Amino acid sequence: MRRYFTRKVITYVLAFFVGASIDWGIPHLMPGNPVQLYLSNFNLKPAGYNALYQTMSQAFGTNLPLWQQYLHYWGGLLTGNWGVSFFDFPARVTTLIFQALPYTLALLVPAIVLSYIVGNKLGAAAARRRLLDNTVLPVGYLFQAIPYPWLALALPYLLGVVWHVFPISRGYDESLLPAFSWTFISSLLYHWFLPFLTVFLVSLGGWAIGMRNLVIYELENDSSRYLRALGASERVIRRYAYRSASLPQLSGLALQLGIVVGGNIVTEYAFDYPGLGHLIFQAISNEDYFLLQGIFIFIIIGVLIANFIIDIVYITVDPRTRLSMQGAPA
Amino acid sequence: MRPKTTATGMAAIALILAVSTACTSSSSSSPPSGGAKSSAGSSSSSASLAGFPRSQTLYTSGTAYAPPSNWNPFNIGNMATGTQGLVYEPLFLYDPIKNTYDPWLASSGTWNGNTYTMQVRNGVKWSDGTTLSGADVAYSINLAMTNKNSPFNSNVSTVKSATASRNTVTVTFNGTPGYSDWQDYLWKAPVVPQHVWSKLAPSQLFLAANTHPVGTGPMLLDTFNSTEVAYKDNTNWWAVSQLGLSFKFKYLVDVVNGSNNVELSALSAGQIDWSNNFLPGINQLVSGLNGAGGYNISTFYKKAPYMISANTAWLEPNTTKAPMSNVNFRKALAYAINPQQIVQAVYGGIVQAASPTGLVPTLSSYVDSNVVRQFGFSYNPSLAKQYLAKSGYSGQAITLEVPDGWTDWMAAIQVITSDLNDVGIKCTPIYPQQTARNSDLTSGNYDLAIDNNASMDSTPWSYFQRVYNLPILAQQTAQLNWERFSSPKDWSLVQQAGSTALTDTAKLDSIYSQLESDFLQQLPEIPLWYNGAWFQGNNQYWTNYPANGTSNENTPVMWYGYLGAMTSVYGLAQLKPAPPVKS
Repeated sequence: MRRYFTRKVITYVLAFFVGASIDWGIPHLMPGNPVQLYLSNFNLKPAGYNALYQTMSQAFGTNLPLWQQYLHYWGGLLTGNWGVSFFDFPARVTTLIFQALPYTLALLVPAIVLSYIVGNKLGAAAARRRLLDNTVLPVGYLFQAIPYPWLALALPYLLGVVWHVFPISRGYDESLLPAFSWTFISSLLYHWFLPFLTVFLVSLGGWAIGMRNLVIYELENDSSRYLRALGASERVIRRYAYRSASLPQLSGLALQLGIVVGGNIVTEYAFDYPGLGHLIFQAISNEDYFLLQGIFIFIIIGVLIANFIIDIVYITVDPRTRLSMQGAPA
Repeated sequence: MRPKTTATGMAAIALILAVSTACTSSSSSSPPSGGAKSSAGSSSSSASLAGFPRSQTLYTSGTAYAPPSNWNPFNIGNMATGTQGLVYEPLFLYDPIKNTYDPWLASSGTWNGNTYTMQVRNGVKWSDGTTLSGADVAYSINLAMTNKNSPFNSNVSTVKSATASRNTVTVTFNGTPGYSDWQDYLWKAPVVPQHVWSKLAPSQLFLAANTHPVGTGPMLLDTFNSTEVAYKDNTNWWAVSQLGLSFKFKYLVDVVNGSNNVELSALSAGQIDWSNNFLPGINQLVSGLNGAGGYNISTFYKKAPYMISANTAWLEPNTTKAPMSNVNFRKALAYAINPQQIVQAVYGGIVQAASPTGLVPTLSSYVDSNVVRQFGFSYNPSLAKQYLAKSGYSGQAITLEVPDGWTDWMAAIQVITSDLNDVGIKCTPIYPQQTARNSDLTSGNYDLAIDNNASMDSTPWSYFQRVYNLPILAQQTAQLNWERFSSPKDWSLVQQAGSTALTDTAKLDSIYSQLESDFLQQLPEIPLWYNGAWFQGNNQYWTNYPANGTSNENTPVMWYGYLGAMTSVYGLAQLKPAPPVKS
């Protein structure tokens, strides 16, 4: 057990180091210069431009040689000082991330978890009933095949612009101030619903199709036949089949939850939803090194933690993993 | 099985609630603060308020592209909307429509030889209760002189000293004053309180977040979060008693921009009252339905071009590169393009074609019509072909670039390249990323580009400076002479114009008419159309928006350079609450 975890932890530390280095490298090797872009809307004369250019480069450390910038990056990363944003100067990167994070989590975690639960149920049910199979499956394929951006346009058009049922943009009503009150929370939920629905719908089909196929496979499995031969009821057999079929689905879920902290750029852009995906979009278009790095570090940590958790979950839900760790043949 | 899924469902709901509360607390209680002097804690005085009463709030948009996080009036490219204008104010305002300068924090200013003397307005209070004095004004001028990081440093380069005695401020100059630069300072630069800013380290002048701004303006910073900044009424604003101006709204909330479709629907739904977004097709909501379409949206002009012309979009040829280095080739370009086609097909008439000099209509008094008659150009493909034949153009393929994602310009250059191909110039449109495009233009590594460097101003001086500025550097970082055109004679004329007193109109007219004549004969830039000072107002909650031919003929724009410099503040003061909707 300990050996298993030591090995895992070393892998994770290595993965973090490599990931974080790439995270630093990509924006820094991008063509263009963020200070120059930042000052391009200042309309300054050459002397004033040069003075400000120096001040800004010093403030951001972009005047240093690359290796020094890299060391500073690690220093900052480990001490929690992730730097200051360019495009939203002088806001701290961590402030911006933690402002956006709740929106992204509130949007994507329920959408993914609920679509997982509903999708799996539907898929499992479809595997057993022909009628369901003939209806749920084609609909599932349809939702899976719809290009997401199209859905993100069509739904708000119908429900927002034509029928005025839901607002089509922003995290909450502009006339409200964030407060712990029913008015605010209801506005939050009201604005949350459409983006949630689009993500929920596109994910649903995939889970249902996957589960259906897995359950059919499991029901035809030798273990199911054996159970049947022992005289177990169909109900019991289905339950076992469902549990076995859940395993691959579960690792899929974990991976999705891991990248949740990266937000969903298309959804958040389409709905002008103030989450991390929206922030990534702004960071990229403004060459905001520090913000981009900060968000990606967040994603890296998120994926690693999700993987770690799924490792542990696997041990608990899959007896084969548990056995193999104790040295027994799987 | 069953209890387990229910538990998961419950967990999901619990998470939604937990996160929604987490998000409320995080966005209200942690104002972004930089490395600069900014004490923690929300600046909000009405944080307990759940929201803004709709009938007392003006919602604006179209200015902010990033979450509001600094109120530093020297950070002119990045400060929160309203920093200059609502909080900080200039000494004068420039009225581009009447072409006058209105005394603002200064009550008067006069030249006496090489000395400029001004009276600072009596009875003006900073928002912390201190009285504005001549010392604050002198301090602000000295700050610009001594601190290289001040964006107004070049405006005061000829100033020798600025001293105050009570409310009289005397500014002396070294040699000939830079009149134009100084005039710009008077209406563009903020006056800051000495007792606050003198405590700041010089290096922080530009970097400070200044989240508790102390200004003299009509509004006070109320609260802000990642999507909006809110100001509330400053009941002690000096102009209430002295000029009889007051805002009928208690709150002004400026919302950070979303995408075009989001902004258009927010405006038409009445969520935004005053929009400075570029909204293609807005003309259809305004005029196509004859105002009876239920949209109730106002623009500055009721008919085309709907918007005040704000800056000149010009075709920028790289004049150091063949064939663009040949003046006949540039003339061929000018005659080959039909700007009217761009105005109609691309903009639907919300912009207007540029006059040959490219000076915006508010500067038309400076345009020498004889020069334009003699040397001006207009769309004429057969003449274009003649010039092309004279230019020795041998059929080289050239490119025309605009930044990717600037959809109107992307459409415009398709019209242009097709016009050029029609007269036999092989030109293809390209769309690099904005950073790549900027670096192409600043390093002179391009053929043709669309640009709009020169914006609305009080004289043609900055326009011609952008055209003729010398020397040409390997990196033309400031937005000057990106076409790399070298004409020492014209650059010296521009400098002369800058150091000519604005009252010496005869001399200025002759300089500008010479510059216009040279410009039209050399065509270092080819003016195509005027981009608008985009404005549309929804009359659902507020009415009497700035409009041509009404008592509210003011700049309807919250952008930096307009608010707190031109007459936007009058425009805001004239808004009236809409009568309650009869249902």
